[in-house]
Parts: sequence; C-alpha cells; structure tokens
Amino acid sequence: MTGPRVLFDLPGPRARRRQRIGSALGVLLVLLLVGLALWRLGANGQLEGERWAILFDPATNVPQRLLEALVNTLQVAAVGMVAATVLGALLAVGRLSEHAWLRVPVVAVVEFFRAVPLLVLILFCFLFLPQVGLSLSAFGALALGLTLYNMAVLAEIIRAGILSVDRGQSESAYALGMRKWQVMSFVLVPQAVRRMLPVLVAQLVVLLKDSSLGFIVGYMELLRTSRSLVETLNFSFGPRYTFQLYVAAGLIYILVNVLLSQLAKYIEKRTSQNAKTAGTTKVELPADSAAVTGVTLDAPQRP
Amino acid sequence: MSFLADNFDLLRDAFLTTLSLAVVSGIVALVLGTVLAAMRVSPIPALRALATFYVETFRNTPLTVVFFFLAFGIVYIDLQFPTRFLTAVAALSLYTAAFVCEAVRSGINAVPSGQAEAARALGLDFRQSLSTVVLPQAFRTVVPPLGNVWIALAKNTSIAAGFAVTDLTAVLQRLANANADQLAMVFAAVVLAYLVITLTSAWLIGILERRLAITR
Repeated sequence: MTGPRVLFDLPGPRARRRQRIGSALGVLLVLLLVGLALWRLGANGQLEGERWAILFDPATNVPQRLLEALVNTLQVAAVGMVAATVLGALLAVGRLSEHAWLRVPVVAVVEFFRAVPLLVLILFCFLFLPQVGLSLSAFGALALGLTLYNMAVLAEIIRAGILSVDRGQSESAYALGMRKWQVMSFVLVPQAVRRMLPVLVAQLVVLLKDSSLGFIVGYMELLRTSRSLVETLNFSFGPRYTFQLYVAAGLIYILVNVLLSQLAKYIEKRTSQNAKTAGTTKVELPADSAAVTGVTLDAPQRP
Repeated sequence: MSFLADNFDLLRDAFLTTLSLAVVSGIVALVLGTVLAAMRVSPIPALRALATFYVETFRNTPLTVVFFFLAFGIVYIDLQFPTRFLTAVAALSLYTAAFVCEAVRSGINAVPSGQAEAARALGLDFRQSLSTVVLPQAFRTVVPPLGNVWIALAKNTSIAAGFAVTDLTAVLQRLANANADQLAMVFAAVVLAYLVITLTSAWLIGILERRLAITR
C-alpha cells in the first residue's frame, strides 16, 4: 500500500473545513492540558528561573557532572555496541554452520540470552560473577550484560541478513573456487551487513537506551548521576532541584537517541539507493513490485 | 533444594506479579497502539502529527526514564498513581504502545492496496474500510512482530523491580542479599521462571503464526 492516500478520498472543501475546526479544537485541548500541567508546576514553584539556572551554572558543578554522565553513558554503550556486533556476527555465522557440534550450542546460547531479561543478566554479572572469582566493576557488569544480551539479538538480525542475500551470490562464489569461509567473509557477510544496517543501528539505539539500567547497579550514567546530584543538593537546599535534574537527564537521553535514530534513517536512505545491495532480496517487505525491481537491478553491476 | 521449598511462596507470588504485569500492560498497549496506528493513517493531519510525535518520543526514551517520570515526576503536577503496580502498568503500556503502533502500521502497509481500493469502491468510509477490511488482514500479517513486542514487554517488566514492585527481579535481588551462599540457585530459579514465560510465548506465537498466515 502506498501511503495513507489509498484509505480515503482526498477531502473536499466541506470536509476540509470540518477537519480544520476539529484540528483547531484538538490543538486547543492539547494546549489546555499542557497549560494545566504548567500551571500546576508553576503553582508548586517548579518553573522559577533560578531553579532551572542551576543546570547551566558551572559554579554549581551540575553541568560538568551531567556531561561526565553523558560520556559515561556513551562509553558503556560504545563498548557494548562493538563487542555485541563482533560476537553477534560470529554467532550468526556459527548458527549457519553445517556442523551440528557447532550449530547446536550456538543456537542454545542465542535462544537463551534472547529469552532472559537484560536486567537479570546485568545483575548476574554484578552479583554472581564476583562470587566465582571474576570481579567486575559496575561498568564491567553493565557492559558485559549489554554485550551478552545484544550479541544474541544482533546474531539473529545478521543471520536474517545473510539468508536474504541472493543464492546466486554464494553459488557463483563457490563456482569461482572460493572456500566456505571465503564465501562467508568476502561475499555474504559484507552484503548482509549492508542490507541489515538500518535494523542494526535501530538495535544499537535500543542498546544505548538500555544502558540506563546502569541506574539499578549503581553505574554513574545519566540517570544515576542526576539521582546523586539530587541527593547532594537536597542535603544543602532541601528538595528544590529534583524535578529539574530529572527533566534534564530525560531530555539528554531523548536528544541523543533522536540523533542516532536520524542517523539510522539517513543510512537506510543511502543503502536503499546503493547499487551494491542489489544482490539481496527484500526480507521484511511483502512481495510487491519494489522487491522485484530490487532483484533485477543486479544486471548493471556485472562488468 | 530446601532453599527453594522455603521460598516457594515468595517466588510463586513474584512469578504471578510479573505475569499479570505483562498481561495487563500488554492488553492496554495493544489497544493504545492500534488506536495510534489508526491515527497515523487517518485523513486528519493533526491526528497523524500527534501520533507521530507520541511514537517518536516514546521510542527514543529509555523505559527507565518513563518509569522515573511516572513514579517521581508527576507528583509535581499534583498527580499520583494509587499503587506501585499501576505505575508500572502505565509506564510499560505507554512505552510498549509506541512499538505496537509501528508493528501494526507496517502490517497496514503490507495489505495490498487493492483491498482498500475495493473497500472504498464498495462505498465504505475510512473507519469502515480500516476496521472491517484492512486491520483484520493487517493483524494476521503482524503476528510475528507483535509477538516480538510481547516478549520484549515480558522481559521489560523486570525494570519495575527498580521501582518497588515485588516482581521476579525484585525477589532475585532480595534473595541474593539474604542467601549469598546460594546465589547460583537463586539465579537459576528466577531465570527459569522468566524462560517459562518467554519460551512458552515464543512457542504459542509460532503456532498462532502458522494458523493465521495468509497465503497470497
């Protein structure tokens, strides 16, 4: 279906007028609700400029702490992203292996880590591993938990990508005399990663969001930092800045994630135009004309 | 093993809390997400914009932050949920609704346009063609993605543990503190309980998928 247009006729002049009135009323209602919330906030004194100024005043050390927290968040997410992608690719290849002794354990690992909540994995790394002699900091526990969980998810994404590469690609690679590992690493995986890049980046956004679970194991990421700032500031000033600090942490998260999501959209647009992905068939989309043209684009690629 | 027998009641209650948290939030999220998806394809621009804004906001906010605001933030606009459980349900369903909306919308886009064109040619209006022709077919194609959303939701309920709901993860933390010598057993029991929920769901979704699949 091409966009929403198919579901309804283009509205005529009367319907448009009705829609405009309805939209105006709706906007008014939303504004009313927002206004009500702001009024209550104002009545509780939460909107005073002085309370918000603390977020931008370097003398209070608040902006520095928040920046540090953002760096911490990005650090743990970056470690998790790299490790999870590498391990995920290995697991995906292992799951496609022809040898049962390799495939069966890999399937078990992937299915297990996909089925267990991330928070339980992080707590496992944080509470259990030190007992068996593997001492981890909060950073290590969080990074390991994020890696274990996301490598399983990414393995499935990459596997779907490898399976979506046109069979002719691997057949011709074998015909050229390549070995199995060569076919996989020089022909299939590069095309699969390209094809799966948008989904991959979307999962990495999820990973970044999940790093906020560090709050529960006491890693100084954004949420934990604002909590500790609230506690120290409450100690000296009473509960004056609680709301402002949490809003700041929430907004920073949303901002970073929106930026990453935009990056994912940009990559998706670029890869869909890229002729090098033409050897793959669309996996999620239904069999419509777009998918068919995607395959036939193969022709001009040949030298 | 006596340790498990001692704490059986605690674990069973926690299991039921987790399960009911997931089921109630799942139903609310399904309804809310479907309404949002209908808004996103509706003829009225203001509704489309509102639904898009909602989805983009919640998809880019960590669930922990949503929990935080519903637990500690809305006090400042003089609102409060009556119980911790309801706070968790609200956070989980508001968050999950955004993902349900995206799944259902992809299903709506997967219905061949001939179906909607035929519905309109028969004189059905937007509401009728969506609810009697397009959505029933869309739901059948989105069983796998919706199933993934459901399993993710069941796992996400663990975050409620950080906000004073005694679910499986909260019990895990409590038992881990009380029985440091039997940590492996504690983890095994809790992980097993989660696996019961997620693996059973995955199995049922597989059956449902085969039953409902449309061959075109």
